[in-house]
Amino acid sequence: MAQQIQWGRDFGAALESVGDRLVLLDFSAAPM
Amino acid sequence: MYSDPRVIDFVTRHFVPVRVHVKENAAEFKRLGERFTAQWTPTTLLVDASGTERHRIEGFLPVQDFLSQLELGLAKAAFARKDYRSAERLYRDVLDRYPDTDAAPEAQYWTGVSKYRATNDPADLKATGDAFRQRYQDSTWAKKASVWT
Repeated sequence: MAQQIQWGRDFGAALESVGDRLVLLDFSAAPM
Repeated sequence: MYSDPRVIDFVTRHFVPVRVHVKENAAEFKRLGERFTAQWTPTTLLVDASGTERHRIEGFLPVQDFLSQLELGLAKAAFARKDYRSAERLYRDVLDRYPDTDAAPEAQYWTGVSKYRATNDPADLKATGDAFRQRYQDSTWAKKASVWT
């Protein structure tokens, strides 16, 4: 099991690769 | 929310996660925030390959509630692509796994609608209306389903 979420930064690239899944787009102000 | 192992597992299995930080990625936050009218954090959007938003979660939620909303989003996406059997299964999952969350009465409603869409049998809507007499009687969704009984 993954230890943490591997966040991407490029929404456009995510849309191109997502296929039948969904992009989870998180607008965050949490500490990076 | 995102540090919980159950959330990490669910997100990793079902989604392509992208984070846009209000300060670290200010330009992208502005661009995508305007595109999706996201004006608060945290806001979580579930977006399909066409770029269409299928579900929105605004504000913090405890883990069980957050997971229920994520699965609700999967169900909505299945419904939107007219995969009504999958939608029914996913909505029923929400109902079974997270019966005490706000997502549950909504899932009960849409379980019935998804089944009806697949069968075209009005009895499926009536059964859902009847189910709301047993559970979630005080929800908005019970009011919406009351027309079916």
